[in-house]
Order: sequence, then structure tokens, then C-alpha cells
Amino acid sequence: MTLLDDFLVRATLAGLGLVLAAAPLGCFVVWRRMAYFGDATAHAAILGVALALAFDTSVFGGVLVVSLLMAFTVSSLSNRGYAMDTLLGVLAHSALAFGLVAVSFLHGVRVDLMAYLFGDILAVGVPDLAVIWGGAVLVLGLLWWRWSALLTATLNPDLAFAAGIDPRREQLVLTLALALVVAVAIKVVGVLLIAAMLIVPAATARPFATTPERMALAAIVIGALSVIGGLQASLEWDTPTGPSIVCLAAILFTLSSVAQALFGRSRP
Amino acid sequence: MSGLNVQLGGQTVLHQVDFSIDPGEIVTIVGPNGSGKSTLLRAIIGAVEPSAGAVTCKPGLRIGYVPQKLHIDPTLPMTVRRFLDLPQRVRDEAARDALDEAGAGALTGRQMSGLSGGQFQRVLLARALLSKPELLILDEATQGLDQPGSAAFYQKIAEVRDHLGCAVLMVSHELHVVMAASDRVVCLNGHVCCQGEPEHVASAPEYRALFGTGTGGALALYRHEHHHSHDHDHGHEAAE
Repeated sequence: MTLLDDFLVRATLAGLGLVLAAAPLGCFVVWRRMAYFGDATAHAAILGVALALAFDTSVFGGVLVVSLLMAFTVSSLSNRGYAMDTLLGVLAHSALAFGLVAVSFLHGVRVDLMAYLFGDILAVGVPDLAVIWGGAVLVLGLLWWRWSALLTATLNPDLAFAAGIDPRREQLVLTLALALVVAVAIKVVGVLLIAAMLIVPAATARPFATTPERMALAAIVIGALSVIGGLQASLEWDTPTGPSIVCLAAILFTLSSVAQALFGRSRP
Repeated sequence: MSGLNVQLGGQTVLHQVDFSIDPGEIVTIVGPNGSGKSTLLRAIIGAVEPSAGAVTCKPGLRIGYVPQKLHIDPTLPMTVRRFLDLPQRVRDEAARDALDEAGAGALTGRQMSGLSGGQFQRVLLARALLSKPELLILDEATQGLDQPGSAAFYQKIAEVRDHLGCAVLMVSHELHVVMAASDRVVCLNGHVCCQGEPEHVASAPEYRALFGTGTGGALALYRHEHHHSHDHDHGHEAAE
């Protein structure tokens, strides 16, 4: 375990674990236009942190439970035809606000709020690594198992019904995966930047992909580059690590968009 | 299906619909907007739950479904070939055959988002054919196609039926094209108003009440507009 003694190795592995789950899931978030949905789930996580600290349970568990609740609430409300962007705007930010207020009630415990808002990837320990990779493998397995059904339901719900697939069940699968990714990511990039790790690599991969599978793979590669490069940059210039990773991902996105505009065929 | 009732948003969309389709038959459902045509199809594929009555299918019935319109988000890369693999992977050979059958043979490597309306519908048809359906369901499959385009599409459907021997159930508002290709026409307006051979339905008073009196020659070319209700049967005369 000598390799894992190096905090940089642990941080890199943590980031890669997150990317492995977040990049393919992020593709679905992009395809289904669920970006705000990811935001709401992530922002609710801070409330989970507060509850977990108050009841002295594991942060991962608290975040998972609250994120799941939030994701299911949004998911079931969306099926009833509410105006989604308004509703999500309300839910996402009020969850964040309630979470921040709840954290302030925790007397005695000095909570490093910044660590949860922006992540603290350099402080990842071996147990954290186990949780992150466990969650990542679970999400990846879930997506692998349901891949075809998820894609069909993403294309068109009626097409799925006709093929004997229940799109509502597939939406639940995505909801579950999203909550898991949020719980895993909180240590790495924090609640405010989780959505970025979902969406930016997927969006960057789009111009290079001709099939959904290639887009997911490309998103993983781009996400991994962002993690490794972002960590190095953060060490080099002493910048906050989570935001540095997201910055690099955003730069890659810009390059990919420019490359597409210059060399690519025009897409609608 | 027998005695089928469907409620959506507290409103009864379908009321006591009795209806059946035999193997190898081409049945077209016509009716004004909001008459429950699409809901009927969606009840058959299981996308909406009936509030009363039941849909009874042969056990293990293979259904091929061509939706009304399919929006593929531009962020989702999807070649025609990959699309045919949903939800089950198919052999290249089978994919080629289905595309040929649907008249879309040259499109394999193209992106779905780059197809024209007619090409898109043919690919959807090819995908529906891959499961070797015993019942092919088409919901306004020619929307967005021009007159010759949709005529050619229905021609294709008739060929497919002859070739595969499957039953075809379709919804259309293009009465003139569709009725010529149908064995039976069902006129729907929340309930089954009348049904029978195209000529029979076109002359039925219930049909006239729905679609106006100027449409006696339903097999002739005319522009149809959906402004009718049961209450006013002189809403418009068809433009001759």
C-alpha cells in the first residue's frame, strides 16, 4: 500500500474514480437535458452533510439519502408536468440554503464548509477511495446493465413501451445513479461543481462522437485528462484543486468547440 | 380490445371502444384532432393504462411501432446503424435487409439528425420491421412528408404487409391516401363512430357528420381540416 501513501496518488485515483462514473452518466444528463436536475440533486447534498454531522453518521450515507430523496421528488414531480425549470430553480437553491443554515446550527463541530462546497480532493484517505471506487463501479455497472433500455427510453418513451421497456423504471435507474455520483463526488469537487463534472466532459466529447458509446468513452478520456491536468496545475500554481479540474475541463470544452467550428461539419 | 375507457388528466378520452384487428389486415383509424387516435395506439403498446376495459393480445405478440415523431436531441450522436440496434443488437445482415425493405438501404452510416423527414420515417419503419412484427403500428407516420412522399410511404407499407403478412394498424389524417390502401377504416371520435370498408365508411352518415358533406369522394384528393364536431356538420366544405 506504499503507493497509496502519496496524497497525490490518492487524489488522482479519487478523481479518476469519479470520472469513470460521472462521464457516462453525464452523457445521459446532456441527452435528456437534465442539467438542472443534476444541480438540484447536488445542492441538496449539503443538507445531507448537515444531517449526517448532526446525527453523527457517515457523510456519504447522509448525502446519499438526501440526494436520493431530492432526485425522487424532482423525478416524480417532472412526471406530473410541472414547469420544470422554475421548480428545479426553487428546489435546487432552497435545498442549498436550508443546508447552509442547518450546518450553522451545528454547535461544537467546526465544519469546514468550503471542503463540502468545493471538495477537498487532496485530503482523500484510503477509506474515501474505497467509497468512491465502490460507488463508481456500482454506477458503471448499473449503466452497463441498463444501457440499451436507457438509450431507448431516452430516444422516445413510446418507443420504449412498444419494446416492452418501462421508461419510468429507466428514469429511476438514472435517478439512483445520479444520487450515487453526487455522494461520491462531494469529496472530490464539492456540491457546487458536481454538475460541471457531469456535463462538461460529455459536452466536450460530442463533436468527436458518432455513436452514444463513443461519446461516453470520449467523455471518460476527457474527464480523466481534466483530473490529471487539473491536479498538476493546482500543485504548480497553488490553486484550489476542485475548481482547477473544472477549469481545465472547461478549457478543453472551448478547444473542442473551436475545433468543431473550424474543421468539423456543421451540426444542427 | 373491449369496452376500453381511457382517462387522461381527468378527462375521458376514449369511451367504450370495442375494436379488433386480424392477422394480415390493414386498418386505418381516422378522426378529428383530439379524438383519441394516438391514445388508442398508446393503449395498445401499453404506454397508457385503461381506466376500464382491457386490451387483449395474442400471447407473445410482436409489435413494431413507428411513433408520430421522434425528436433526437442534437447532443445525442446516433448513426442509422446504431439506431437499429435499439433495444436489441441485430446482425448486420438483418439490418441491411430491414433498411432495404423500408427503402432506406443507402443510409446505414448517416447520422440520424442529418436525415430528411422521409428518410427518417423510412429508418423508423426499418427499425420496426427488425423485430419481424406480427402487428405494425404507425402513428401519423407521414407527418411532414409531401403528397408524393406519403403516397410512396403507404405504398411501402402495403408491400411490407404483403411480404411479411403482418397486420397493420395506422392513424392518419390524410384520408385520401390512407383509405385507398386500407382494408378497413375505423372512424373514431372518443368512441367508434363507424367502421368498415373504406367506401362504406366514406358514405356513412357518422363519417359525414365528422368530416363534412363535401368529402363524399374520400378517395379523391382534397385538403382536410379538423374543425369539426358532432354538433355542426357544415363547418366547412372541402375545397374542391
